[in-house]
Amino acid sequence: MTSLAVDSAGQAGAPRAGLFWRIALVLAGLAAVIAVAAFAGARYGLLLAVGLGFGIVLEGLRFGFAGPWRALILRREPAGLVAQLIAIGTVAIVAIPLIETHSGELIGAHAPVGFAMIGGAFVFGIAMQIVLGCGSGTLVNAGSGNAVGAVALPFFAIGSFAGAWHLDWWTGLGTAPVIAFGDAFGAYGGLALTLVMLALVAIIALRGAAPEHRRIPRRLWLAAGFIALLAIANLVIAGQPWGVVYGLGLWAAKGATALGADLSGSAFWSAPANMERVSQSLLTDVTSLTNIGIIAGAMLVASWRRGFDQPVPRLPAMAWVAAIVAGLLLGYSSRLAFGCNVGAFFSGISTGSLHGWVWFAAAFAGSILGVKLRARLGFEGAPKRGGRP
Amino acid sequence: MKILPSRRPVAIAVGLFLLIVIAIDSGVSAPLNPFAAPSPIALGSGQAAGGAHCAAPAVR
Repeated sequence: MTSLAVDSAGQAGAPRAGLFWRIALVLAGLAAVIAVAAFAGARYGLLLAVGLGFGIVLEGLRFGFAGPWRALILRREPAGLVAQLIAIGTVAIVAIPLIETHSGELIGAHAPVGFAMIGGAFVFGIAMQIVLGCGSGTLVNAGSGNAVGAVALPFFAIGSFAGAWHLDWWTGLGTAPVIAFGDAFGAYGGLALTLVMLALVAIIALRGAAPEHRRIPRRLWLAAGFIALLAIANLVIAGQPWGVVYGLGLWAAKGATALGADLSGSAFWSAPANMERVSQSLLTDVTSLTNIGIIAGAMLVASWRRGFDQPVPRLPAMAWVAAIVAGLLLGYSSRLAFGCNVGAFFSGISTGSLHGWVWFAAAFAGSILGVKLRARLGFEGAPKRGGRP
Repeated sequence: MKILPSRRPVAIAVGLFLLIVIAIDSGVSAPLNPFAAPSPIALGSGQAAGGAHCAAPAVR
């Protein structure tokens, strides 16, 4: 009888405790935004809020990049990729004309195509399929308690720092001039070209799929819309598009500085704009704030829906070593490629940069190889020897 | 096939990692000054973007 009474009291108390915990989480998020706005400035508080929004949408609506590409490669399921293209196109409709008419205040993710850029994107595609986490995906995975993402994250930051250090050497191997569609064809010509190319990719992906896989689920429509709105907000508030990799490299640069490293030997880190970033607080750095927000937002959603109750699977030692190496490669290669799936693919294409399209092609080719490697490295059960993955 | 029964310790470790990054940063960075902050919205501010982005070149 006593036991039953205790059980029933416990059952009644559990939802109440859950509700209090959820309210506390939301209040903590709001408090963090207000604190950053008060101590660093309103723009930085708003950017943290945008980052939290990204994290909540990415984790809450399961919108990603590596997973949908894997689904397309393995099962010809195009819904996730088409949702990405819809989000990119929606941002482009606003971003390309806005950047052309406000070029003094807003910049696009415009970068040159080059040998190292293409190679970097290819390697990034391999690495993101090995750990099944891209730039934003690694942040979301780490925030939601995914052990592979958590292991990869600090090495991603170190790789990004090192890649930026060597960037001038790699770009010296051969780099074409920057081509931005808005500059080359005018705001609306550049936008039209971008939308036509996005539509062509979507049509090819949908035509290659079985009829039952051609429908885009409602959650992906919603996610694409929210991600697009947040990306536009990022551009309008920060003056630059959504990015991930720069912030992670900056975290490692801060750590190196704290350990007494001299960054003056690097053309990248000794450039005035980057030296200023290293000397100023991370709470005034655009990509650091959105990165912190993405991790915290994913954490909030995982806690809200009791995602932390999931077990951490046992993986072979080879898989953990692969996660470390892949983390380093994700960071290093994305610096050579002038961005990851966010900075180059999403923001590059949505602001009319040719390098975004070249990144997409090279990273997708790398992903085809990465999907095969993931199975061989023990992430999907026992590593296969000799057989086809 | 399970190494930990819950993801909670991993999430706590990630949270600590973030706190350590922010703590190290506060030790090596200039103090925050909200009075020197840029206007809340870049669009319409007349101020140029900082350009600390993934697409930034090696040397400007």
